[in-house]
Amino acid sequence: MSATTPTTSSAPLKRTPLYELHLEHGARMVPFAGYEMPVQFALGVLKEHLHTRAAAGLFDVSHMGQIVLRPKSGDVADAARALERLVPVDILGLAPGRQRYAFFTNANGGIIDDMMVANRGDHLLLVVNAASKEADEALLRAELSDDCDIERLDRALMALQGPRAEAILTRLAPDCAGMRFMDVREVQINGAACIVTRSGYTGEDGFEISTPIEAARPIAEALLGEPDVEPIGLGARDSLRLEAGMCLCGSDIDTETTPVEADLVWAIQKSRRIGGVRAGGYPGADTILEQLEKGTERRRVGLRPEGRAPVRTGAPLFESLEASESIGLVTSGGFGPSVDAPIAMGYLPGSFGTPGTKVFAEVRGKRLPVNVTELPFIVPRYKRS
Amino acid sequence: MKFTEDHEWLKLEGDVATVGITEHATTQLGDLVFVQLPEIGTKLAKGDDVAVVESVKAASDVYAPLDGEIVEVNEAVANDPSIVSSDPQNAGWLFKLKLADMNALESLMDEAAYKALVG
Repeated sequence: MSATTPTTSSAPLKRTPLYELHLEHGARMVPFAGYEMPVQFALGVLKEHLHTRAAAGLFDVSHMGQIVLRPKSGDVADAARALERLVPVDILGLAPGRQRYAFFTNANGGIIDDMMVANRGDHLLLVVNAASKEADEALLRAELSDDCDIERLDRALMALQGPRAEAILTRLAPDCAGMRFMDVREVQINGAACIVTRSGYTGEDGFEISTPIEAARPIAEALLGEPDVEPIGLGARDSLRLEAGMCLCGSDIDTETTPVEADLVWAIQKSRRIGGVRAGGYPGADTILEQLEKGTERRRVGLRPEGRAPVRTGAPLFESLEASESIGLVTSGGFGPSVDAPIAMGYLPGSFGTPGTKVFAEVRGKRLPVNVTELPFIVPRYKRS
Repeated sequence: MKFTEDHEWLKLEGDVATVGITEHATTQLGDLVFVQLPEIGTKLAKGDDVAVVESVKAASDVYAPLDGEIVEVNEAVANDPSIVSSDPQNAGWLFKLKLADMNALESLMDEAAYKALVG
């Protein structure tokens, strides 16, 4: 037998500050976005996934980019107005101490990268995907340098996710107790200045913790020292986010998909839509605003295969067992350990987008029945109040 | 028991080989969530795709270890793939292959050679 594993590039791989710790915990390391990253630990993907939903999991996401936009005027509103030239998101309305989801768009309305944007009071902090962090920084420098100083932070980033995350983190950092979903705070942990957000990529309550490089290992060790915390690799990170219905940039969203097609209109606030106080003004606004009014031909949907066979990324979708032309594509697919069934996301024409509609996915030459379903696949447990 | 470089094991009774994947293979794959078995009567040449084992993150093909015909499949592992993960070299067998040529068995590895291969 032979596993279908991704191909590797020959460029030397970077390591995060937690590399040695991963090896000590039995990680299997794989190349990912230019880094050697743990795909799984001793528990294995299935049990890591279930443990995160039952207790708490610690993820190393230090490969992601952390970029500061510091307004030259000293007024964070000027950085917000500048960033709004690149994203169809209300940044000016983002209060100090709050974070929200955003994405860079291109001239066609496609998505270049998605990110979190935090208002840190006197600057904005962006967390962007590892694979595109250099390109994102270059874009910001090219477009916003008149208004902002742009700095990529050399810090570690880890996520503590799951129903036990709050109890565990507040023992180390009592200041985190009062935080709500999407709050951001500067917090001392182990004597180090950390930036903590109450957010994540799993559908669970949890925190993302940006730490100084030298503080990363002792903080990770302190968290892993808690009996409820297990280290979690990229394998379970992917199955957790898929169950939570979240997009993977480069798979579910890319430069060829608009936020409207991707069903991300919730992230485009009224102020940036037609009739809003700052409507448009970002790349591809004509396309995106028109799609917001008129809809799109295709849309991202949730998919539930009827059988037990996983339908994986790249599987073509068909209207019937016999149809010769495919009508869509699976962009993320696999097995959902908490759902205990195969799950997927993909794009279909609007006329097939109603939950309950049956289509067929082609897997190893066979067409398997798949039902369109609402996203997410699990009930999120964010701490909203 | 005989072994292949593709991490399958074979146990012979008469001219029928029971085939599964090795403990080393299941360790590499992680917990299995789906097993697709061949149909009884399928005629195979060595190296043909015969079954699929899937973990949360990936699908892996199982190849025919030798020429032959499928005479039985283990429905228990199709219903509960975790049996392959927990007992790969006994209860977790996948299918039985009636061998076309018994002499071809000589081309496979014995246990010592396989252990040397996987370290």
